[in-house]
Amino acid sequence: MIPGPVHQGRLESPFYARLKELDTVNEWHQWKGYTAANELYCAETEYFAIRNATAVFDLTPMTKYRITGPDALDYLDRLVTRDMSKVAPGRVAYAAWCDDQGQVIDDGTIFHLREGEYRLCSQERHYGWLLDAAAGFDVDVAHETDDVAALAVQGPTSYSVLSQLGIAGLDALKPFGLMHANFRGADLVISRTGFTGDLGYELWIEPYKAAALWDALFEAGELFGIRAIGTIALDMARIEAGFIAVYEEFLPADETVRTGRSRSPFELGLGWLVDFKKPNFNGRRALAREYRDGSAWQLVKLDIEGNKPAHHAYIFPKEKRNKGDIGFITSAMWSPVCKKNIALGTVRAPYGKPGDALWVEIYYQREMHWSRKMAQATVVDRPFWYPDRRGATPPGPY
Amino acid sequence: MTDRYDAIIVGAGHNGLVCAAVLAAQGRRVLVLEARSQVGGAAITRGFADGFSISACAHLLYQIQPEVLRDLKLHPPLAAEELTTIALGDNGEHVRIHRQRVEGVSDADADEYRRFSKRMLKFAHLLHKLLIRPPPRLGTRDWRDLGALARLGLGVRALGRNDMREFLRVIGMNIHDEATERFENPVLRGAVCFDAVLGTHLGPRSPNTMLTYLYRLAGNRARVSLPRGGMGMVTARLAQAARSAGATIETNSPVQRIVVDNGRVVGVETDSGERFDAYTVVSNADPKRTVMDLVGARHFETTFVKRVGHIRAKGNAAKLHLALDRLPEIAGFSQDDYGQRIVIAGDEHRIERAFNPAKYGSCSPEPVVEMTFPSVHDESLAPDENHVMSAIVQYAPYDLRNGWNDAAKRAFFDSVITAIEKYAPDIDQRIIAAELLTPIDIENEFGMTGGHWHHGELVLDQFLFVRPVSGAAQYAMPLDGLYLCGAGVHPGGGVSGAAGRNAARAILKRETSR
Repeated sequence: MIPGPVHQGRLESPFYARLKELDTVNEWHQWKGYTAANELYCAETEYFAIRNATAVFDLTPMTKYRITGPDALDYLDRLVTRDMSKVAPGRVAYAAWCDDQGQVIDDGTIFHLREGEYRLCSQERHYGWLLDAAAGFDVDVAHETDDVAALAVQGPTSYSVLSQLGIAGLDALKPFGLMHANFRGADLVISRTGFTGDLGYELWIEPYKAAALWDALFEAGELFGIRAIGTIALDMARIEAGFIAVYEEFLPADETVRTGRSRSPFELGLGWLVDFKKPNFNGRRALAREYRDGSAWQLVKLDIEGNKPAHHAYIFPKEKRNKGDIGFITSAMWSPVCKKNIALGTVRAPYGKPGDALWVEIYYQREMHWSRKMAQATVVDRPFWYPDRRGATPPGPY
Repeated sequence: MTDRYDAIIVGAGHNGLVCAAVLAAQGRRVLVLEARSQVGGAAITRGFADGFSISACAHLLYQIQPEVLRDLKLHPPLAAEELTTIALGDNGEHVRIHRQRVEGVSDADADEYRRFSKRMLKFAHLLHKLLIRPPPRLGTRDWRDLGALARLGLGVRALGRNDMREFLRVIGMNIHDEATERFENPVLRGAVCFDAVLGTHLGPRSPNTMLTYLYRLAGNRARVSLPRGGMGMVTARLAQAARSAGATIETNSPVQRIVVDNGRVVGVETDSGERFDAYTVVSNADPKRTVMDLVGARHFETTFVKRVGHIRAKGNAAKLHLALDRLPEIAGFSQDDYGQRIVIAGDEHRIERAFNPAKYGSCSPEPVVEMTFPSVHDESLAPDENHVMSAIVQYAPYDLRNGWNDAAKRAFFDSVITAIEKYAPDIDQRIIAAELLTPIDIENEFGMTGGHWHHGELVLDQFLFVRPVSGAAQYAMPLDGLYLCGAGVHPGGGVSGAAGRNAARAILKRETSR
């Protein structure tokens, strides 16, 4: 391989110029080498675009791998815990992959783009792991993050926006389905996926058509309240949807040093992704043991009394704290749309069953002084936000 | 009755045969499948020229485990026992080492060697206790593992304060430092260093060479012998023991693949397409070949496969066989000396210099040699008056920079002959026929990945709890029904049979604990 020039400094996504144009607050961060917006004008307003209209989020920095070759299916089947043979072309699978100890390295989505041709998307980079896993398989793994521009188009009016754009066949696209459309001569992949727990789509296209797609989208969405958003608003939406995020609800197993700091799929509420009918996959032996003996941790969705977000709070079984804590909050917020004080957390077994009434110790600050309160937290088993339109096909105009 | 074997053993190397014999003696239905026409693996006797035979890979019996011989009630006939090691020096000033006695050196060196040797044997004895058992698992609460670890700790402690301190000091050291600290005679230093690096990809200054030195001693208290009829006789006896215990041995049956069904091993398929079913498959092949080729990496988990792929197993030793019209003249040799183990190593620097080019993919211009004339003791190997010479020569790296073509082989052969000529000037005229086996030839003939005699370098990071790899050191592989029994698993290489015996015992133990 001839090494190309090494790009120094932050990369700009093909949508950067458009985002910069809309930006009024100059709040940026680094996302896997790319410049990404925290917010563009006001995170709260952007959040309401997700819930009430259509929000557009630049997804380009999301890590993407193209997996092809005669053994692509067998390879993925061994890589992830769920049964990939059930994922037909034109379908997308949410999946988690583990190390040999059954600890989650990352979660992500696998797009079955065409027969035998897959795209794996994740928050973190995993090229080394994916290549290690390829030993003994006739498979080609290519890193294509920079070669695919991507947008999340999410919200109740997103179907209307895309229909306005003239995408034929969108009405038949089911949740976790994907379709190919022609956008001015380029292959535009549209998947009904997202990180907001609402009706929404993700659009994938070659970078040279990115700006044109953006412009067409915003033109089509003008009357549907379309707005560009940053990561703060998206993070609020994902907590309401009950979605886990790496570095919040779990650490990639290969980056933990201390024992007990990684999490298994069962411990993250992803037991439904583990298919023991498959004879072999990474982590199977360890997970079978855990399934038999029980897990150490349990991810919980908590509905907390009051209105003070329980950021970083300890969780207790009783209001009196003399028995010690049983876990901690990993993500917390006041949910404007649910009108609830919600959080995700991790607690030790056997706590964390739906309906369990736990307590969280919330610290908050008033004019420099810290205060503390114990608040009741009920374990719930449904996502905080799950509108009917998320599952409806066709979703209908809004 | 179902036509399913309790165990199929892939490969009739000495460890495979020991494993088969132990399992069959416990009433298990055992089938051994051997690719070649002859059992024995790397411990065979075969012809290499008209009328001349030789032990084709391993040629000296260092360390067949007394426990193996006892369990199988074997008494291999020996042509010669407790050979003296003769390290050749200039002008006929050779150094002769027999047990703890050294001749041809100063009194100070002889005394020092006696002390050194005594202590080394004490350490080797401790090591030996580890070798005859499966290694304990780390990080479990199983009382057997904890007990074994405690015994290991106690064993080290029981050396006494001074020896324990010394053991812990030297175990990770290199042999060069130890030898130069102790001995003034360069040939004696060379002989000690040579024993540590023989059959390895290590030079005297490489860390870890104290361990390889102790390993050599641990087998049979450093006693070296020549089996009558060559090494093939030993494995023929093992095969006999396995057969009389009830095992079936099929030769000319190369296993194409180990068959996996629904996450467990169910049998094997031979090159001819014949299928044999079994509850357990025990591979005598090396770990890499077993995992990557015979089973297939896809049936294992990723980190395990990666670890197996990283096993260091690149052979660096070649084997030279010569048919001679008569014995060559070696200055300062008595008739008796020809029957001993002869070492051409020079001093420690010469060995290190021989190793240097091997690091960068070239052969030693001045190789170091361990040679024997087994026909001195065993007339079955050569016609009357004629003799055979068997030598291990190094360094001859597996991945030679421009490949092992005929010219490279010829050049290395010539440099070996030149090295021998220095002490036996007429060796070239004595040669009737010759055969040089490079690590590539060894890989091809004996099926050992990288042409490595030990199925993987014997170094601390591939030893004991982590041999073949971390998390799979109990003979059972992380695939139901699959076991390893070759030199690639604990305790490692050498014609010892310990790995085969340990594996068989692990299989039996697992059955009963079900």
